[in-house]
Amino acid sequence: MEKHELVIVGGGSAGIAAALGAAENGLRDIVVIEREREYGGILQQCIHNGFGLHTFNEELSGPAYAEKYYSLIKNNESIHFLYDSAATEIQGHVVTVQTREGMKKLEGKAIIMSTGCRERPAGAIGLKGNRCEGVYTAGTAQKYLNRKGFLVGKKIFILGSGDIGLIMARRMTLEGAKVIGVAELMPYSNGLARNMKQCLEDFDIPLYLSHTVEAVHGRSRLESITLIEVDNKLKKIPGSEKKIECDCLLLSVGLIPENKLIEDLGVRMDPKTKGAVVDDYYMTSVEGIFACGNALHVHDLVDYVSIEARKAGKAAAAYVQNGKDETETIENIVQNGISYMVPQHFHKGNDIEFMFRVNRVFKECSIHVFGKGLNKIFKKPGIVPSEMQKIALKKEDLAHLEGELFWEVCE
Amino acid sequence: MVDVTIIGAGITGSLIAHCLSRYDLKVLVVEKESDVAEGATGANSAMVHSGHDPKPGTLKCRYNLLGNRMYPDLCRELQVRYVPIGAYVAATSQEEEKKLDTLISQCIERNVPYEVLNGDEARKNEPNLSDSVSKVLSLPTTGIIVPWEVTIAAMEEAMLNGTELKLDYEVKSIEKKEDHFLINGEIKTKVIVNCAGAHCDEITGMLRPSPYRVEAKKGEYFVLDHLDGSFVKHVIYPIPTEKGKGVLAVPTVHGNVLLGPNSEFTPDVEDDSTGEGLDFIRSEVAKTVKNIPFHKLIHTFAGLRPHIDLNDFYIQEDDLIEGFIHVAGIESPGLTSAPAIAKDVCENMILPKFKEAKARENYIRRKPFIDMKEMSDEEKEELIRKDPDFGKLICRCEQISMGQIRDVINRKCGARTLKGVKMRCRPGMGRCQGSFCEPDVTNILMEELHKDVKEIRLDRPGSNICAALAKEDL
Repeated sequence: MEKHELVIVGGGSAGIAAALGAAENGLRDIVVIEREREYGGILQQCIHNGFGLHTFNEELSGPAYAEKYYSLIKNNESIHFLYDSAATEIQGHVVTVQTREGMKKLEGKAIIMSTGCRERPAGAIGLKGNRCEGVYTAGTAQKYLNRKGFLVGKKIFILGSGDIGLIMARRMTLEGAKVIGVAELMPYSNGLARNMKQCLEDFDIPLYLSHTVEAVHGRSRLESITLIEVDNKLKKIPGSEKKIECDCLLLSVGLIPENKLIEDLGVRMDPKTKGAVVDDYYMTSVEGIFACGNALHVHDLVDYVSIEARKAGKAAAAYVQNGKDETETIENIVQNGISYMVPQHFHKGNDIEFMFRVNRVFKECSIHVFGKGLNKIFKKPGIVPSEMQKIALKKEDLAHLEGELFWEVCE
Repeated sequence: MVDVTIIGAGITGSLIAHCLSRYDLKVLVVEKESDVAEGATGANSAMVHSGHDPKPGTLKCRYNLLGNRMYPDLCRELQVRYVPIGAYVAATSQEEEKKLDTLISQCIERNVPYEVLNGDEARKNEPNLSDSVSKVLSLPTTGIIVPWEVTIAAMEEAMLNGTELKLDYEVKSIEKKEDHFLINGEIKTKVIVNCAGAHCDEITGMLRPSPYRVEAKKGEYFVLDHLDGSFVKHVIYPIPTEKGKGVLAVPTVHGNVLLGPNSEFTPDVEDDSTGEGLDFIRSEVAKTVKNIPFHKLIHTFAGLRPHIDLNDFYIQEDDLIEGFIHVAGIESPGLTSAPAIAKDVCENMILPKFKEAKARENYIRRKPFIDMKEMSDEEKEELIRKDPDFGKLICRCEQISMGQIRDVINRKCGARTLKGVKMRCRPGMGRCQGSFCEPDVTNILMEELHKDVKEIRLDRPGSNICAALAKEDL
């Protein structure tokens, strides 16, 4: 058994930033476990640009962002990466790791889970029709194209307006495929505004709002899909079916935080975020185990992942050095238009940045934050579910708070 | 000249080949798909029924009872998994309780072990049984298996002992000659066993008007992610109806749960698409179980039951054409019955035609699939020391290493396709459904089979993954 101050599971954007955060706050023995043979995780297949505006004031590609962020820790002797190494189990604070050299057991005084997220697959949305070749999640098509060099289809239809789907609409077009259209179940897009413009509008790719794919058809390879319109209650409108010929359907229908290892450990999960329930130190319900990045909740931008993970690294360092903050925590209660809040509970002696999403589109509105000893209203110019919101509260704001803290949207 | 040609490499065809491989006969299996177990064998409830249900006096009843008793030994012999988890048949009304009593008397007549529980007793063992369940028939001899694993293992062992398998080989014509048959004008064979599943009437029709007609019935299923016994521990049956056994909740060998099937006739024997049936299953299954974790849904699929209009299995040598053996209509409980059917067909219909056939000396046993998930760290360590590829994890959800994938490709009856790899060692069966590992599995297939990316397929011909190289069409 190897003993370390901090074991970080996952060497993608969150893992790198968490290692940085921990090292710059005094930890000298940090190990990052990475399944692939290089750092960076999913960034390595995101060869489009748009990464790093907040962190480096420039637009970088995914691999360039990873490299630039990694350069901040490259020569740091406190941080050691284990590549081609997969965490297969966690018991207590001991991580079992499978490597080409054999099985290893790594014990960390603290453990940070930065395991990222996965895409919701076709099976999870009960897509009707044949199990023929040609239905892919957008990320898989991205890996095939950007890392293996080939297209999984020539005539593409995309279900879901998530960012990866939009990015792939542009990528596949540039590489010689024809993208016929994008269908989005909701009456609004789920992607970032800049991706709508740069990936669809600039290439004249139609977006079908309030539409979904009813079924896929094909024997060996996908031959067509049935597109159907939905009403404002998201119910399919009979008679609105339209058959569209295509050889590939890409799915961009949501991302799910990847947490099997800590679910098995019995860490309390938030059914809304599908990540762990954490406090303002990003500590889960199991002492000394932290979570951050897309494993905690799905972020819009890698920059936000890095910022959060760096803070988690700092918090883990403080835990290793000083132990747990034993003061009581206050629960966040979300209602009326707010779908989730991270952290789910917090210690009121700190300045805290709260991150949340709304559950529908709001035009001009305000976020009402209230409880016994606190009442604040934050005006917002209009917010959508696809954009993560942040509100910071100072410890002075929180000092007199008692009981629970409520959050809601007021129109 | 081939002695015996088996048409169709589903579980019955493969187990017949396995039985025959013990003798020094020249056996050929032809299969139109690109792998074994691609038809009904690949899409069903994956369980071994106790035999409480089939109508008295049918072949289904006879073979089911025999097959149920054969499975534990067969699986031990083939080194594949068999888990005797038991089943609950749940009645939810007085009327259903009456039907349950009929099943109980069938258990007594057939010597099927059983126990009767009231609703509360049953809920103690199985907390997610619905509150309306009032009486339960517990069947401890019900088991679960992986149908394609049994099939692949049987074919692998048969091939280790001389059986030949031709994949992607569709039978288009059969001619009866004086002392042999001629298949597609090129294969000469003394005996034909028709195990063609949903196509068995077409095969028979090549020689004579078929005495039966396939009326395929579709069954659709949901697959839930690993729940590891936290949802149901037994197979949960509703009370059977005229349409069949009803919608079940079935734990799988790997800790998933299947919900299904429905049962609908379909005009197209190739149509295994999912559709409205899924909505029906959702509402039906809620009658016997509660707290169904639908948020753990990872996959849906459909299978075709090769039902024939005679409403029973049709297993016999043709009354007009000597040497042509029908194994037709093998729908539920076909999986359970398969070992008994294979034994009967082999010993009583085929071997009497080959009086000279001797038992094969030095019969070669297959090695079990390498299941690292079941290994201790020390065992894994040893494996990795011999071959570091066993230390490289490819599938994160099911924790499958590169070494395991290479192993299933480089065996007799080895994987040739992405689906073939998935059936043999499960990358793609987990919660991400292969969205992370599929490109890596594709690479391994290319390396091991020395193929170009354009030749790698999901399953059947035409299901190629690569549509074009980047910029190829610009």
